[in-house]
Amino acid sequence: MIEIRIHGRGGQGNVVAAYLLAMAAFEENRYGQAFPNFGAERRGAPVMAFVRIADSPIQRRNQVRHPAFLIIQDQALLQVPGVTDGLLPGGKILVNSRQSSAELSEQLGKEAVALQATALAKKILGRPVPNTALLAAFFTLTNMLSQDSLALVLNKRFKGEVLEKNLQLIQQAAGLVPAGLWKEA
Amino acid sequence: MLQALEGSQAIAQAVALCRPQVIAAYPITPQTHIVENISKLVADGKLQCEFISVESEFSAASVVLGAALAGSRTYTATASQGILLMAEVLFNIAGMRVPIVMTCANRAVSSPLSIWNDQQDSMAVRDAGWIQLYCADNQEAVDTTIQAYRIAERTELPVMVCMDGFTLTHTLEGIDIPTQKQADTFLPPYEFSRTLNPRDPLSLGTLVTPDYYTEARHSHHQALLNAQAEIVSADQDWFAISGRKCGGLLSVEGPEQAKTAILTIGSVLGTLREALEEFPPGQPVKLIKLRSFRPFPAETLKAACKELDDVIVLERALSPGSGGIIGLEVLAALSELPKPPRVHNFAAGLGGRDIPLEILPTLLSTLNEPSDKRFKIIDVELEKLPEEDR
Repeated sequence: MIEIRIHGRGGQGNVVAAYLLAMAAFEENRYGQAFPNFGAERRGAPVMAFVRIADSPIQRRNQVRHPAFLIIQDQALLQVPGVTDGLLPGGKILVNSRQSSAELSEQLGKEAVALQATALAKKILGRPVPNTALLAAFFTLTNMLSQDSLALVLNKRFKGEVLEKNLQLIQQAAGLVPAGLWKEA
Repeated sequence: MLQALEGSQAIAQAVALCRPQVIAAYPITPQTHIVENISKLVADGKLQCEFISVESEFSAASVVLGAALAGSRTYTATASQGILLMAEVLFNIAGMRVPIVMTCANRAVSSPLSIWNDQQDSMAVRDAGWIQLYCADNQEAVDTTIQAYRIAERTELPVMVCMDGFTLTHTLEGIDIPTQKQADTFLPPYEFSRTLNPRDPLSLGTLVTPDYYTEARHSHHQALLNAQAEIVSADQDWFAISGRKCGGLLSVEGPEQAKTAILTIGSVLGTLREALEEFPPGQPVKLIKLRSFRPFPAETLKAACKELDDVIVLERALSPGSGGIIGLEVLAALSELPKPPRVHNFAAGLGGRDIPLEILPTLLSTLNEPSDKRFKIIDVELEKLPEEDR
């Protein structure tokens, strides 16, 4: 079972990102579970969401305390105490950041990859919503689930122009990170 | 076929499969996406139903009461403060013996203000005279919602389907949504035996003098006890149609020879199942899932526990000044056994506190400790409290 924790701010589509990840697992006949940890219900507040992916049904419902992967939707959250807590040894961090991956890895003392997701989303969607770009990068880095599955679940969640632009966005985002860098050993 | 669905969304679909005719709800926090999703199904023309957006939870309960008496199949959903505001009407619905199905997305109650999960809300209306069924996962919540209509309509008692707020309602997981044909096969169209009719007038909920009030209460109590058979048969019949069962009144799993059992209610069951794999205990342990809290299945519980030495009751609410709510009832029922097991009673996960896998070794470690306390909130962090409050 792989456990993932997503950190972001209210309004960045954290829960949607978690749901899309788990939905993609079902597209590949695996099992997924996703749930939010709501804090104060307002835009901008730090929020978390949890995802589990496994080959058998997932029964536990506790929060993810020791994720193998962290997805950070806002780099500033790295300054918030506790955000990287519990990351498993060898765990990886994907950050929406304008810094370089090398800089981030050095700062954090952990393996990190940076993606300029906000800028990319602004360019293609016209809105600073980094979630789907980060998911595309995550799928590419880990090879855990395919881009096709991500496109399929986007089709279930969105329609019209929003869907079209997101499909374009994930294609571009996927090309910006090294494929298979975080592939399961 | 498994679909990846959020719990609330799945419940909305399950309710729609039951072809309700009137739904009333007050869509504000603390609510869930359930009624939001249902209102969308109605607006999109996918569910032919009168959706009445009311001005309070008191009204939501009142509207479904009136609609059910007029012969409609009804639905409403609530949680937390909402159910407290409904309380007066809930007693009326039950006392008039009206079949209504309501989801309670279990959440803590104020004060202090909390939006998160525990089961204090439905426990607060324990004595309203409703059937209360608790769900361990979203699949059970879907299946129990459909079963609830048949149980309610056959017993003429209201049924509250209790599912943990957030922990289930906001969790996306694999859920099998039954087909319309399966639901229709299981659930015949609603016909209320006492539908209000101006040509054949009938009064309900009228003044009853001491000459008959006691008998009304006795018959209500008896009706709830008798409902046990309907709860069991609904689960069996639904199994024949869907291939899934929810455990009737209660279900037991684990090694036959186990002398220790942990009894839980609601969604913590899955966490304990995986905890048993992750932290294999020194002795075999059974898990007992209490599904029906009202009626309380004392006889079934006694049969399940008669060979046990220890029963650990883990619940998500308490009666301040007394202790556990379920624990006390388990203790009372098991005391009738010739060799009653010891009952250890704990609450955890109040107001959304996470229940980790490590709760299992913590619970089991209490078996060997001498304890002068009948009840304990097992995950309280006493160091956060001033000395005098510990």
